[in-house]
Amino acid sequence: MKSAAAFSVLGLLLTLAGPAPAQLAGEPFIHDPSTIVQSDGKWWTFGTRGGGLVSNDGWVWHSGGERPGGGVAPDVIKIGERYYVTYAVGGGGMNGGHASNVKVMWTRSLDPKSRDFGYHDVGIVASTNGIEIADAIDPAFLYAEGRLWLSYGTYFGAIRLVELDPRTGGRLAGNQPVDVAIDMEATALLHRDGWYYLLGTHGTCCDGPNSSYNIRVGRSRNITGPFVDNMGVPLLKGGGKLVVAGRGRQYGPGHFGLIDLGDGVEKYSMHYEADLDRSGRSVLGIQPLLWTDGWPVGGDDVAPGTYEIQSERSGGALQLAVDFVRIPFDPRRSFRAKPSDPAVPIPNQSLAENQVTWPAGVSEVDLGDYMIRAHQQWTISPVPDGGGAFGTPFYKIVIAGTERALAVGPEGTVQAVPAFTTSPEQLWRIDQLTDGTYRIMPKASAGAKEPLTLVALGRSTPALAKFDPKSDAGRWTFKRP
Amino acid sequence: MPRPGQQMQDFRVGLLWRRANPASRTRRLVTAMLLGALTPVVAQAQTAGMVEEALPPPTGLAPLFSPTTAGPGMPDSDGFLRRWLLLDPIAKPNRTNSGFTSSYVREALSPRTYPGEFGKVPRDGEFAKGEDAPRWHALDSNLFDVKLFKLAQGLGNPTYGVIFWAVTVVNSPREMRDVRLAIGSNSASVWWLNGQETAGLFGDRRMVMDDVLSRPVTLRKGRNVIRGAVINGPGVSDFCLRVLDASGRPIRDITIDVT
Repeated sequence: MKSAAAFSVLGLLLTLAGPAPAQLAGEPFIHDPSTIVQSDGKWWTFGTRGGGLVSNDGWVWHSGGERPGGGVAPDVIKIGERYYVTYAVGGGGMNGGHASNVKVMWTRSLDPKSRDFGYHDVGIVASTNGIEIADAIDPAFLYAEGRLWLSYGTYFGAIRLVELDPRTGGRLAGNQPVDVAIDMEATALLHRDGWYYLLGTHGTCCDGPNSSYNIRVGRSRNITGPFVDNMGVPLLKGGGKLVVAGRGRQYGPGHFGLIDLGDGVEKYSMHYEADLDRSGRSVLGIQPLLWTDGWPVGGDDVAPGTYEIQSERSGGALQLAVDFVRIPFDPRRSFRAKPSDPAVPIPNQSLAENQVTWPAGVSEVDLGDYMIRAHQQWTISPVPDGGGAFGTPFYKIVIAGTERALAVGPEGTVQAVPAFTTSPEQLWRIDQLTDGTYRIMPKASAGAKEPLTLVALGRSTPALAKFDPKSDAGRWTFKRP
Repeated sequence: MPRPGQQMQDFRVGLLWRRANPASRTRRLVTAMLLGALTPVVAQAQTAGMVEEALPPPTGLAPLFSPTTAGPGMPDSDGFLRRWLLLDPIAKPNRTNSGFTSSYVREALSPRTYPGEFGKVPRDGEFAKGEDAPRWHALDSNLFDVKLFKLAQGLGNPTYGVIFWAVTVVNSPREMRDVRLAIGSNSASVWWLNGQETAGLFGDRRMVMDDVLSRPVTLRKGRNVIRGAVINGPGVSDFCLRVLDASGRPIRDITIDVT
C-alpha cells in the first residue's frame, strides 16, 4: 500500500480534458477531500496541496477555495463562528519518510471573497518523529458532546486520537495520543446514538483503476476505543466492516466525510481513485449513507430504469388516476382446470391495452394497489444537463414507453402531463434516506425555505407537502415491475 | 379464499331479492344478463340471476346505530363525523367491484341519479324518489365509521349490489380555509361539499381511514352540507369521514346536525 496523500499529486497532474458524465458535474477533480462544509451559501471541500472545490448546489463543482500551508489531506469543521482546518505537512512515506506534523488553523469564512476570510495559525497539534511506527497525516475532526477530537495516521502503523480545545483548536494540555486502530488511511470519526465510529480506508491507493481502496468501519461506546467491527475484530488488529467499495465506472473510494443534510438525509463525500469516464482521474464522489443495525452502509442513488414507485405509508403504487382495464380472463381457467390441463402463459397487459382509458391531456395521479399495469410503471432517468443537487442528478419520471411526465400540479397536487419539457416542475430530486427508502422532491421546490416533497397525504392521495422524517408518508421505494 | 368485497364472485349478488317482510315489495336488483356480457362466467354459473332469494328479517340497527339526540352533535375524539341522514339502499346490481372505474362510479353516483333535489337537505323519515320509495333515517353511528351494511341488514333491505346516499350538515364557527375531507369507503364513493364534487374513491376499496384526501377546500362560516354516495357490489358497505386542517390535524370545533 501507498499513502493516499503522498501520491495524490500524480492524480492531480493527470488533467486530461474530456466529458465528465459519470457522477458529479463540473470539474470535480480532487484527492483526499476534506469533509464538505457550507460557508457563505456555497459548499466547499479542500484536497491535498492547496486547492479545493466549490459548489452552489452540491452537484456542479469547480476549482475554488484557498487553503494556505500546502501539505496533504485536510479536514474542516465548523464550531461556532470558526472553521477549523487541519492538514499534515511531511510524512506519507515519500519525501519526508514518516516524520510529519498535523497542523490547525482557522478562519471565519471559507470564501476568499468574504471579508471574514483570513486564516489564523493555531500550530502543530500532533506529530510523528519518523522512527515510531506511526505517521501523522490524514487528520480528521469530530466534535461531539462539547469535545473536539482528532484522529490521524495512515497505513504505516497506528491510527491515533488526540483531544483538542474546541475554543482554540489547539491540543489540550497534557493530552496524550491513544492508538485506536492500525493500518488504515484517511480516517474519519462519527458519533451517533451513543456509539463512536471510526472509519478508514483499506487497500491500495493511487493506482488508478488498479487501486483497491475501500472504506471500512469499527465502533466503540468510548471515543478512545476499543473499536471493533461487526465480527468483533478490533481495529487495532486490522478489523473493519465494509462501508463501500468501487462500483460501475468508479474505482477505489476513500477518504470518507459525513454530510448530514437533516430530515433523515445523510450523505458522504469521498474521492474515487479513478473515474473511468474521466480519464481515470481521481474525482469527488457523493453518495447516500444508510444506517443498518447501527452500522453505516453505503447507499445508492436510484438507478435509471422502470419501476413501481411504492409508498412506504400505504404500500400503494403511484399511478395515473385512470379507469382500470381488465385483462380478459375466464376464472374457470383457474378454478376448474384439471391438474393435467396444459398450463400456458398469458401475456401481461400491454401499454396499448392499458392506454385506452387515458385522457389525452393532463392526468391526475393517485395511489392504488399494484396490478402490474402500464399506468403504474414509471421510467426514471437522469436528465442530461439537467443539473442536480448534492450528489444526485435531477431525474425525469415518465410512464414507461411514453412521455407522460410526473409533474407538480395545482394546489399541491401531483399530476402527469402529456409531454416532458425539462421545466422545474417536471424535474425530481431523489435522495436515499438513511433507512434505504427514498425522498422525492420537485426541483421547483428545491430552493424553498421549507421544500415540498412527494408524500402520501392519504392512503391513496399523493400530494406535495413538507417532509416529516418521523413519518413514512414521504418515503418511497422503487420496485422492479 | 376470496372474501366478499374482493374481486371474486359472490354468488348472492346477482339474485333477485325479495323482502321477507310481508309489507315489503320485491326488489329487482340484478340483471345478470348485462353482467354476463362483461364476465363470461356468469352465464353458466349458478349466479345466473334468475333465482329469487328471500331477504332475511330485519335485525334492527342496534348496537351500531342510535337515533340522533336532540341538538347538534360533535365530531368524535378523532374528528370523525358520526351523525348522518342515511337513505335506504337503492338497487344497483354489481356482481364484482372491479368495475368501479371513475367513469362508471361518476355515472352511477351523480346529482342526476340523486333521488331527490340535490341541493336540499332531506328530513328524517322523508321518502325519497324511487321505485321502492326509500326513506331517510337520521342516525348517530356508534362507531367511527358508518356501517351501511348494518343499516340495510337492520332494516331488512338488500345489502349487496346497492347504492347508499348520506347527507350531513357541518356548522363551522368561522371560515376555515385549506381544510380537506378525509374519507374512507367500502367500496367506491363520491362526495360533495356544498354542492361541489370534492372527492372520489374508485375501484374495489376497503374502508381505511384517511384513504383519500380531497384537495384543499373551504368550510364556510355556518352551514356546510356534505353529501356522499357509496356503491358496493358484494361486501360490507361502510364509510368514514372527517375534516382535517391544513396541518393534517382533525377539526373538532365544529358541530354536526341533520336538520
